[in-house]
Amino acid sequence: MSQLKTKHLLGIKGITEGEIQLIFETADNFKNIINRPIKKVPSLRDVTIANVFFENSTRTRLSFELAEKRLSADVINFSSTSSSVKKGETLLDTVNNILAMKVDMVVMRHSSPGAPHFLARHIDSNIINAGDGTHEHPTQALLDTYSIREKHGDVAGKKVVIIGDILHSRVALSNIFALKILGAEVMVCGPATLMPKFVSSLGVKVELDLLEALKWCDIANILRIQLERQKMSYFPSIREYAIYYGVNTEVLKSLDKQITIMHPGPINRGVEITSDVADSDHAIILDQVENGVAVRMAVLYLLAGAGVN
Amino acid sequence: MQQRLLLDSELLQITIQRLCRQLIETHEDFSNAVIIGLQPRGIFLADRIRSVLKSLLKMDVKVGYLDTTFHRDDFRRREEPKKAKETKIDFQIEGKDVILVDDVLYTGRSVRAALDAMITFGRPNKVELLALIDRSYSRELPVEANYIGRKVNTLHSEKVLVALREQDGEDNIWLVNKEPK
Repeated sequence: MSQLKTKHLLGIKGITEGEIQLIFETADNFKNIINRPIKKVPSLRDVTIANVFFENSTRTRLSFELAEKRLSADVINFSSTSSSVKKGETLLDTVNNILAMKVDMVVMRHSSPGAPHFLARHIDSNIINAGDGTHEHPTQALLDTYSIREKHGDVAGKKVVIIGDILHSRVALSNIFALKILGAEVMVCGPATLMPKFVSSLGVKVELDLLEALKWCDIANILRIQLERQKMSYFPSIREYAIYYGVNTEVLKSLDKQITIMHPGPINRGVEITSDVADSDHAIILDQVENGVAVRMAVLYLLAGAGVN
Repeated sequence: MQQRLLLDSELLQITIQRLCRQLIETHEDFSNAVIIGLQPRGIFLADRIRSVLKSLLKMDVKVGYLDTTFHRDDFRRREEPKKAKETKIDFQIEGKDVILVDDVLYTGRSVRAALDAMITFGRPNKVELLALIDRSYSRELPVEANYIGRKVNTLHSEKVLVALREQDGEDNIWLVNKEPK
């Protein structure tokens, strides 16, 4: 297989193991390229990509923009804070206006779950979901699993625990899908109030005790506590969360093994993870960021190649 | 299917021997020359040239592999994108004489892509091309090889099939008619 079956990357749900492996193998090539003196290839020189961000983002937008530029695509950026969305324009109108300027691909982040799926039904361009509300964030899951593959050789058979706010996390949902497709064992851990009701129907273990979860796992993916998504209190205080669910050196030392620490960023240092853990040798947080560019290049390249003729 | 054998194992060996001697005429001890094989099959020829040169010169010549997938001009224009292979160049090409090695020189487009891909590693002093099979009168770009294994006149309806023992088990190079679509 040298081609994705899908025209859009809307979520991990619905893509196959073969497609994920193809993305990984392509990302290997791009990782090699971005470590060369000249980090750019001309593959997408006749492609224009719009980064449409209806929600704030630093890392994902920069990562996508860099990936697009390294593939020589023309890039336009749009963020809702400085646009006509404020004047009441609908999503479809906004995107159709952008497409009228002959844009081939749209990378979109939106606060409403399903927004990219809605767009995919109405427009012809390739759409990449860069996060839709609390639903999915497929490229994050791909770069997370790619980083696990890089560090551990393979994802299959690995025990991965996702710690934190599972209820509001699109990173958690996409990661669960990707890890399951690739054959990993998955556990979620966090306060009961931040656990989705039917999470076990996804085929994951549920553990409310952090120490038990860490004892079980090979890899811990620690999520950020998303203060902006918590309109009501799910736990008494940040301090209490840090005491019960914060990963620190003491708790890691009490284990009889080394586990790999991951975090999708941005880090709330001292809340879900302490500084010494985040900066330790077992944390692959910055590798995740580097791999993010390579994985996004692979996704853009493969979708662009599938999108013509 | 009509087919004609262009080179068999023995002829291929003789051809590579001759090409190596021609390379030595130009590059002498290879003190400033490096060889880059083009993926997918040029890399096997590059490796064979290295081992022949080693027996003739009693020294190792630097050999790298170059994949040109992301520099091709037919991306988004063919049915299925090509899958990239490994690029491995563990030496500086800046200021060097680079010999690109490929199995078949046809339209010249792969070589153009290879030149582009190679330049991302530095600015060589000089670039030469070695092609095992040169399909004359079929160029779409002004590209010619400096060293040619065998020159053949071919039609667009024909195809050169290269089987090399490293991946196909035996050495045979055929000229065949393309299957009608």
